[in-house]
Amino acid sequence: MLIQIQVALTHLTGRRRQTLVSLTGVVLGVAFFLAVSSMMRGSEKDFIKRLVDNSPHITVSDDYRRPRTQPAELRWADGAVRVSNVKPQTETRGIRGYRERLAFVESLPALRVAPLLIGSAVLTFAGREQGVTLSGIVPKVMKTISTLPEKMIKGSIDALEGDPNGIIIGTGLAEKFNLTLGRNLSVVAASGGSRAMKVVGIFRTGNALYDENQTFTLLKRSQVLFDRSNRVNRLLIQLDAPYAARDVARQIEAVIGYKAVSWVEASEDILSLLIVRNIIMYSVVSAILIVASFGIYNTLSTIVLEKTRDIAILKSIGFHARDIRLIFLFEGVIIGVIGSVFGLALGAAIMRMLSIVQLKPPGVSEKVFLPIWWGPEQFALATAFAMASCILAAYLPARRAGSVHPVEILRGAA
Amino acid sequence: MTTILRAENITRTLPGEVAVTLVQDISLSIERGEFICIMGPSGSGKSSLLYLLGLLDVPTSGRVWLDGEDTSVYHEDELANRRLEKLGFVFQFHFLLAEFSVLDNVTLPIRRLNRLTETATRLRGMELLDRFGVADQGTKHPHQLSGGQRQRVAIARALANDPLVILADEPTGNLDSVAGATVRQILRDLAHAMGKTVVAVTHDSAFAAAADRRIGIVDGRLDADWRPT
Repeated sequence: MLIQIQVALTHLTGRRRQTLVSLTGVVLGVAFFLAVSSMMRGSEKDFIKRLVDNSPHITVSDDYRRPRTQPAELRWADGAVRVSNVKPQTETRGIRGYRERLAFVESLPALRVAPLLIGSAVLTFAGREQGVTLSGIVPKVMKTISTLPEKMIKGSIDALEGDPNGIIIGTGLAEKFNLTLGRNLSVVAASGGSRAMKVVGIFRTGNALYDENQTFTLLKRSQVLFDRSNRVNRLLIQLDAPYAARDVARQIEAVIGYKAVSWVEASEDILSLLIVRNIIMYSVVSAILIVASFGIYNTLSTIVLEKTRDIAILKSIGFHARDIRLIFLFEGVIIGVIGSVFGLALGAAIMRMLSIVQLKPPGVSEKVFLPIWWGPEQFALATAFAMASCILAAYLPARRAGSVHPVEILRGAA
Repeated sequence: MTTILRAENITRTLPGEVAVTLVQDISLSIERGEFICIMGPSGSGKSSLLYLLGLLDVPTSGRVWLDGEDTSVYHEDELANRRLEKLGFVFQFHFLLAEFSVLDNVTLPIRRLNRLTETATRLRGMELLDRFGVADQGTKHPHQLSGGQRQRVAIARALANDPLVILADEPTGNLDSVAGATVRQILRDLAHAMGKTVVAVTHDSAFAAAADRRIGIVDGRLDADWRPT
């Protein structure tokens, strides 16, 4: 064993109680750092997972990100061209030639895509009216990209195939209008078309607004209703790797020209909120370790004062200032290593306990568990932070010890 | 005879509002195998001279030559290396590390030099303890030893790396006459039987009488006429 480490160990075991207190500070610091950050990161991941699962990873809409270039500007690209009072041509809204564009997106690997035609309509039933969003879907492909099938509480999406006049509504609307399966209601599109439709399914997502305002019908039916034959205005895409959404969206937009928005882009506000939340959380849990490092500083400073004579002796024997500094840095490292090991164990135990805690928020029937993230990064981060604060806390006493001048001490003692 | 330690016009002043001169313009040569005593009244600069000769302190002016090397060109770490390899210190208070066993105290300089294996280090430590009759005390801690035993352990530690020079500061100052006589005899044997150079600061006239040469110091200067009163 290195002589410097042996001296360091002797110092620490010589002041057992104070060392133990410093050690406890590090153990608790590491444990809480780990437990709290794993819970926060767990809830973050849980949140993102819900975000990713419940919304399309990429939405292609019939909009352009920038106004289209005017022919005059193309013709005289180098000239000074000014086109004023541009008004887009009145045309049937929707993604033009959607079949080719859909075929292109389908040809990309590791994704599933569904075409939709979404529009506004007014439902009337028993003299009451409700404005809703009516989405025309292809049930077979919709099932591959949406969690809607899981949310059905009555009927099914497939029932749309059996009844071309079928409509699927949410529980909010069903309760409001007192609708049950099989009831007929009248649907009037904003463009003027109207039709009597039959309720073939009722879904419940838990989002009150969505459950009251969202309805589904067959894509073909909505194309007729909105008078937009052979048009869709949305392509919803689910990816096997949700985190690649941004790149895939860019790639799709570059080829098909229409605006493709990834969930990352759509939820930028929430994601930046999560980053802020992480910063707050890490500063709070780091504070515990910083406080613990004061304990170490205190212990080592006491040892330096107490051992000034020993330091002078070691120096007179021929120890360098560096050796002396090393001794005290080792003391910080030893506390850091032992504190981290026990802290990680205690932290993991707390995480285990938290993960089996069952929560029952009011009005929720399913079991809810605290989301705990067992990522190795958390363990590494807690250890790294503990080691850094221990070494930092040891540095000042170590420097002071290294600068002890043996003659001054020996002269005083003689 | 070869000169092992030589001071050349060394002066040491402590800076301050009123500068204090500890040692003034001292020149002396010490030969291999010589047993020398530095004597003088309290505060005359005996210990300061010893620290300068032992490379623990650096003269404000002048040079100290050790084993043919001018040490004035060395930095702190290089001086520490010379202390580790060529010098050994014995102080008035044994200055052993309280938490270390006797054997660990003795082997400390060997392990810092790090040239021997763990086994060879222990062997050398035991051999040194045995030479001074404290081999059976190896596992004990310093506070369990008598004053004379502690000082013998301290001498064993000073010899750990087989140095050229032993520097002793009042080595018998804290011992009774019997233990003092043993230590005196040991130091004398080191010089005469083993060819070590021994430089000791002392008040003890019996100790001084055993030395080959006595150097008197008064007010930081050499004083050939000084005699203990």
